[in-house]
Amino acid sequence: MDTYLSLLAWGSGGWGDEIAAGIWLTVTLALATLPIGLVLGFFVALAKNSEEPSLKTAANIYTTLFRGLPELLTLFIIYFGLQILLRNVFTSIGLTPIEINSFVAGMIALSLVFSSFASEVFLSAFKGIASGQYEGASALGLSRLQTMRLVILPQLVRLALPGLSNLWLILLKDTSLVSVVGLSDVLRQSSIAARVSREAFFFYFVACLIYLVLSIISSVGIGRIEAWTRRGDLGR
Amino acid sequence: MRVLKALAAAATVLALTVGAADAKDWSKVKIGTEGAYPPFNYLDSNGDLKGFDIDVAKALCEAMKVECEFVTQDWDGIIPALQAGKFDAIIASMSITEERMQQVDFTNKYYNTPPAIAVPKDSALAGVTPEDLKGIALGAQGSTTHSNYAEAKFSEADIKLYPTAEEYKLDVANGRLDAVIDDVVVLSEWLATPEGECCKILGTLTPDPVINGPGAGIAIRKGEDDLKEMFNKAIEQIRADGTYKKINDAYFAFDVYGG
Amino acid sequence: MTDAALPPPPPAPKGWTGARLAGHVFLGFWVLAGFAIVLGVATGWDGTFLATYGPRLIEGLKVTLWLVFWSLSIGALLSLPIAAGRMSKSRILGGFAFAWVYFFRGTPLLAQTFLVYYGAGSFSAELKALGLWDFFREAMFCAVFTFALNTSAYQAEILGGALRNVPKGQREAAAALALPRHVTFFKVILPQALIVALRPYGNEIILMIKGSAIASIITVLDLMGETRRAFSRSFDFEAYLWAAILYLVMVEILRRVWDLLEKRLTRHLQRREE
Repeated sequence: MDTYLSLLAWGSGGWGDEIAAGIWLTVTLALATLPIGLVLGFFVALAKNSEEPSLKTAANIYTTLFRGLPELLTLFIIYFGLQILLRNVFTSIGLTPIEINSFVAGMIALSLVFSSFASEVFLSAFKGIASGQYEGASALGLSRLQTMRLVILPQLVRLALPGLSNLWLILLKDTSLVSVVGLSDVLRQSSIAARVSREAFFFYFVACLIYLVLSIISSVGIGRIEAWTRRGDLGR
Repeated sequence: MRVLKALAAAATVLALTVGAADAKDWSKVKIGTEGAYPPFNYLDSNGDLKGFDIDVAKALCEAMKVECEFVTQDWDGIIPALQAGKFDAIIASMSITEERMQQVDFTNKYYNTPPAIAVPKDSALAGVTPEDLKGIALGAQGSTTHSNYAEAKFSEADIKLYPTAEEYKLDVANGRLDAVIDDVVVLSEWLATPEGECCKILGTLTPDPVINGPGAGIAIRKGEDDLKEMFNKAIEQIRADGTYKKINDAYFAFDVYGG
Repeated sequence: MTDAALPPPPPAPKGWTGARLAGHVFLGFWVLAGFAIVLGVATGWDGTFLATYGPRLIEGLKVTLWLVFWSLSIGALLSLPIAAGRMSKSRILGGFAFAWVYFFRGTPLLAQTFLVYYGAGSFSAELKALGLWDFFREAMFCAVFTFALNTSAYQAEILGGALRNVPKGQREAAAALALPRHVTFFKVILPQALIVALRPYGNEIILMIKGSAIASIITVLDLMGETRRAFSRSFDFEAYLWAAILYLVMVEILRRVWDLLEKRLTRHLQRREE
């Protein structure tokens, strides 16, 4: 038991600080991806909900693509492909190409995947809002933007929250894939620790426990948000 | 119509500036390396880059009178990263091969050592011929000349590809692999460490000129001949003034430059 | 004055709303992207990539299908006791099943795969003593093992959720008809549960096809593994494009087949046009 605890020690003797740095990276990656994924997913859902067939088709192609491809493949395509694409585009117009580091590549890839699943959640939430709400809002003279902001969005959040919280937990787990493109997240740090110390089972088990703890913390947080969305309900 | 003409004029100006940009000022050079291939390039316990490749790179930069910065990159993505501009040169024991020359340019070699096969100490394997290695689990690092060698010469073996050298070392130590193929120096250095106690060298292999090439060189983006010339001159310089020998002797008991 | 004789007014011309513009822009983007990919492949097309690596990619595809089939089947078998455990009243069985499901659904598949593959490696001596080393030695078996355990947790929840969804009235009615318990379960409850479970099961198959790509990280040469190998030799981005196409085709075929299956099995629930 002591050897195991000492392996996790802080400082140069143990791996505690490296793994903590990994936890930081995992959490920041997930938190950075979340807003982008949500906003993208919302707009894609709007597109799918619109009357315009070309918009619907474009949105459907987007979701088919990023829900159908393995996340690992999407990550590789963004990691290798986006850089090549940007380089070609920038050099053809004569500018020095901007660099995409692994973190940004991971963020983009995970946002694309998250947003395509989130768009489905938002879409079914849209369908769950009665059309009377839109009619009532226009009867009150609210503009389209005001309707969206004051009437639709609060209801949308409540309807979409269970689906979105599920997607957040999946996102937390998917961040582990960036360990394959060299980002020092929890899993990669655990891999390095496992290799050097030769205690593979121990470190990978610790990594799994860390993900479990992160999802427990998330569930608590999401429970709070859910209670907040129901704050207007009558107490029973 | 006038808009189009204006756009065309702008495009031409930009295209010309692209051409002019070729005369690059190489006062700062970013060098990409793997950092997981001891003793040539590895990260020590403080996370600093050490190794033969690193020392040679530093010596070359001094000879070229440029400022060098090191960037670590996973082996699988090291050539795409070079092409993408993440760094300007790869000094990571990358062998000069025809296949790679389709993607990048190489300087002259800076060392050349043959491949070898290592096995667990209690292995029943007799030799390093293809017949001896038939049907066994042979590990190698992916995207290397060693994995290409294994696939070409030992096609009857069950070849397993790993992302880094560290991983195949783990798997031969725990018995998952019957043998591993890599550079003879890399394997010997590993066998001298406590982790390498499990194993021994089965034999050295004769390099194939097409697969293994003339040796390890410095990879640079295609067309950057001025950088290539700078590196080649620097390699000659450190060979001539004894710096190379000093670095060589610090790591190895023999001359790694090879024939 | 009557308008009965007048023809209906012509439909108002659809203006270029913001939505319409955006739609055309995005659709245009996809068309352009598709075109660029086709062009990129066609101009660089000497067929050498497909000629050299095509057969290998197909081999990888076969390995992927093998992996998915065995993981799902073994996982399905495993999910039965787990689902039973989740619904049981016993604290021990219920607790164990809950922990099982929580662990395998709450941790990343990649972490689980490393745990089994490298963990087994670090226990090789003990496993050899138990005679299990030959199994865990093979990366392929480690992958199937991990994926089966993982999907068993998800399938247990799907099955459990579906069984819980069958209205209590069904059980009561069956009891009123004095049907024995196993007849109730297999002839009344299970068929109705399977209809509810059909869509989630289809999703699980798709998730397993996508998740199987992870096996490539532990040296298994499935479709993803062969793709990475092809890219590492040729540095031709085409490798990833072909892999993407193959995965998309697999997923789409499965989705269409499943939709047809669902339609067929729920045909008694659909409104008939009289």
